Amino acid sequence: MNNQPATRDTAKAVARFDITQRLVAKLHHEEAVIGGIGHTNFDLWAAGRRPQNFYMLGSMGLAIPIALGVAIAQPQRKVIALEGDGSLLMMLGCLATVGARQPKNLIMVIMDNGAYEITGGQTTASAQGTDLAAVARATGIANANWAADEAHFETLIDKALATPGPHLIAARLTSAKPAGQTERDPAQIRDRFMRGLGTKR
Amino acid sequence: MTTQDGPAWAHAMYDALRAQGVTQIAYVPDAGHRVMIDRSLADPEVHSIPLTTEEEGVALLAGADLGGARGVLLMQSSGVGNCINMLSLTNGARFPLLTIVSMRGDFGEGNPWQFPMGKATQAVLEAMGVIVLRAEAPDDVLPTIQAASTMAFQSGEAVAVLLSQRLLGAKKF
Repeated sequence: MNNQPATRDTAKAVARFDITQRLVAKLHHEEAVIGGIGHTNFDLWAAGRRPQNFYMLGSMGLAIPIALGVAIAQPQRKVIALEGDGSLLMMLGCLATVGARQPKNLIMVIMDNGAYEITGGQTTASAQGTDLAAVARATGIANANWAADEAHFETLIDKALATPGPHLIAARLTSAKPAGQTERDPAQIRDRFMRGLGTKR
Repeated sequence: MTTQDGPAWAHAMYDALRAQGVTQIAYVPDAGHRVMIDRSLADPEVHSIPLTTEEEGVALLAGADLGGARGVLLMQSSGVGNCINMLSLTNGARFPLLTIVSMRGDFGEGNPWQFPMGKATQAVLEAMGVIVLRAEAPDDVLPTIQAASTMAFQSGEAVAVLLSQRLLGAKKF
């Protein structure tokens, strides 16, 4: 198996908070991170406050399109979208937009727990056959991979931070609860992020 | 078509937005936006961004603002319906938004399927806190765009400019 690319079926289920911490620990160049709605951004919040983090309290499916706008505006900065499987399924077309455009500084991390966890754990289509990394590859995002385990996740993040993208890294998750809950002030979240990027006018 | 073709008001609109510093032009195509789209594709200093659906554009413009850039979203009135829930992002985090909407289902429309959204466009935008300005004639366009871009980029408001079919001409389909 070690010589074969991981698939959703062979990928080890990893804990979202753990891999979010591993990701954040690698960010040393004021990379921008857009945390998608739900437990995805709760664990980004819990992994440590960074001014360059934008936390979404709503607007399911828009983490990647927001990140694309930042990536186009800030071509020298790596921009990372963290998005859940349920959210991405709502806005699958955004992968086609990214595939067509090929933004070199965009990294997408898909947190796939196969469920709408925050609403009670109802099954998503990704648990029933939709392979989101394969969907991404089909749009022309060649660097779209499943993380086989925690160490492989780190390897994929290192590569994504060091090489031109777009990159998509999909992680299959356990059903662990989030480690915190994000603050509730969207205007302040925007303001802090813009100060973190130096774009506040 | 060359970038010289099309109505003068459309070229004036493009030039005015560029003068305001707009560098991201995102769209779901519509014939009413043909000049804007072609000019953006021919402009090396502009990112011309086709979308699969208009909601992506609401998010993209938020991202542009976060990254210190100015953008505009071009869509048909049908697309306004797609955006409504996503305008919570704009409203809640107080993002500026400038969208230019080419109308269907208003003056002279011959397709009954277009009327429900055409009649609802202004009301649903206003229900989500978006300021709506209308352009009905060629001479309206430039001052309306200039006003809207000031309201969006200087005051941080969400503003939609509706281009009436009285201006664009009703479609045959």
